[in-house]
Amino acid sequence: MDEISKVVRDYVVREYLEEGDEREITETTPLISGGIVDSFSMVSLKRFLEKKYQIQIPDVDATPDAFDTVERIVTLVHRFQKPATVGV
Amino acid sequence: MSNTMYCEELSAKSYEELAANFDWSIAERELGYIPGDLINIGWMCSDRICHLGRADKVALYWEDFQGNRQRFTFDELRVLSNTVAQFLCELGIAPGERVCLFMDRAPELYIGLLGILKTGAVAQPLFSAFGDESLLVRLKNADTSAIITQKKHVHKVRKIREQLPNLRHIIVVDAGDSALQQCEVAFRMEQLPRVEDFHVYPTTAESPSLLHYTSGTTGQPKGAQHVHYSIVSQYLTAKWVLDLQPDDIYWCNADPGWVTGTSYGIIGPWSNGTTQVVLDSGFNAESWYQFIEKRRVTVWYSAPTAIRLLMKEGTDVVRRHDISSLRHLASVGEPLNAEAVIWSEQAFGKPFHDTFWQTETGCIVITNFPGMPIKPGSMGKPFPGITATVLNTKTYEPITEPGLAGLIALRPGWPSQIRGYWNNPAGFKAKFKNGWYLCGDRASIDRDGYYWFMGRDDDVINTGGHLVGPFEIESALLEHPAVHESAAVAKPDPVNMEVVKVFVTLKRGYTPNDDLELEIMNHIRKRLSPLAMPQEIEFVDSLPKTRSGKIVRRILRCKEFNEPVGDLSTIMDD
Repeated sequence: MDEISKVVRDYVVREYLEEGDEREITETTPLISGGIVDSFSMVSLKRFLEKKYQIQIPDVDATPDAFDTVERIVTLVHRFQKPATVGV
Repeated sequence: MSNTMYCEELSAKSYEELAANFDWSIAERELGYIPGDLINIGWMCSDRICHLGRADKVALYWEDFQGNRQRFTFDELRVLSNTVAQFLCELGIAPGERVCLFMDRAPELYIGLLGILKTGAVAQPLFSAFGDESLLVRLKNADTSAIITQKKHVHKVRKIREQLPNLRHIIVVDAGDSALQQCEVAFRMEQLPRVEDFHVYPTTAESPSLLHYTSGTTGQPKGAQHVHYSIVSQYLTAKWVLDLQPDDIYWCNADPGWVTGTSYGIIGPWSNGTTQVVLDSGFNAESWYQFIEKRRVTVWYSAPTAIRLLMKEGTDVVRRHDISSLRHLASVGEPLNAEAVIWSEQAFGKPFHDTFWQTETGCIVITNFPGMPIKPGSMGKPFPGITATVLNTKTYEPITEPGLAGLIALRPGWPSQIRGYWNNPAGFKAKFKNGWYLCGDRASIDRDGYYWFMGRDDDVINTGGHLVGPFEIESALLEHPAVHESAAVAKPDPVNMEVVKVFVTLKRGYTPNDDLELEIMNHIRKRLSPLAMPQEIEFVDSLPKTRSGKIVRRILRCKEFNEPVGDLSTIMDD
């Protein structure tokens, strides 16, 4: 399993699941559409990722859709961790 | 009731004609209400519709993000709200007592509100994302007797239970008895014997109905006290502004924890006998369009923040769905920018009609009326029966010159105007000047009578259509061990119109860093709500203050908006 995936899942469980909420967070659990992370709280999740992985996620890419599952968040982090590739 | 009359009525008459000949008795007659009679919102929205021969019509299609579905007819609405009412009476809830609804958008929330009102008790809906501090402040202020909630939220109530000696009952709608603690009781709405006949408490026009909390510049949130007569305004504005017609399928995005979710997510549509749909899920463009397609939604009442999020997702996702059922679109929360109106015409083939109102008005007061030419970015014109103006900020006299900015003000007296703030007569009195009710917003009026929103007239932050009070945020910030002083202000935002920004000075021994910033953000999110969470924190050495030491938020706010600070001499002497 991707290390980032584990970090994100642990962070979501710790910070966004309410006490006593025993739902399991998988790679595909809907976070935004499932009401676990709302669009306001998404900002703190974005800030966490930027801090943890020393990346900058532009606002245009920080959409509810891009943050809707752990799987998509991992893709997003990988995208901004890698230097941009230039086509030839 | 005569919804069929409406189509002829509105198609034949212009906004100007309706405004010229308007009287609220139009709504009273259609609702079958005679002044001085008994009037109860719970009965009006369920039993009355059944008496009109629509018992078998679907009142609510409910669905959640996992695809669970439920359907309720108006007769089921009647019987199940009786069941809720009977249950509350058996617990000893008396008329006038406050019963809080604190849950996600489950059917029990919608039906529970009608049930509470049938007992004569006061419904106090609160947004389920509120943290324990926000919940405590509001339950304490209202001296709430009972709270209806869900398993997933009950721990927040347990945390503050000891500080609420008058909270006698915690009613959990999805729990078995075994999981419950002292004072907690399970309520499985659909498993209880259905109550066919319930003696609805004889409320009158001025009997209190709902208590919605709203934030101000100073002090803690205030409880806006509504009465049963408000239905007169909510019924007619839903019919005329949202253009509700007999066969409509209506979708209101708002959560009943906020006033839009009760005035137009419960009372407006159901008093009109309209079928409404509820999607209990967070934002997702694909699933929202799917929902519209599947439910054949005809009238959609949304919010600028949601519309701007949809804009971000683009039009390709719109094209993948058949949303041709949509007939009328309206928006509320904060001003709808011109770009969003133009985009909706491109994406949906019709514009969103902006509407303006607030917790205290109880109903839409300024609006882009159906059929009226829309000026993108404008709030529209006053609803017939509402006398509105903009006032000079110093003299509080109406401004007659077109285009000049002033304070939006309304002549008191429309049916759904709140009757006061709970236990706060001075706060309510302060909302009136020269016989006008002040909304707290600034606008100008153009030559054609259209209103143009300019901003708040106070320090309240309008984020995503919800008002957040700076005092509440600053109080919660002081609970953080690193925070010495703080000031919460609005910061412009392309999606939410405004977001919360805080300026913080730290106690000795603490230094600004990313970890601390995130920790403070999460502290506010959990204690208050995601809406109140600062989207930006600026650590500063000192905050601007008056000579007496009061923090001057205005200076910080003006910097964020790149506006001139203006004359500060009187403020600095404060």
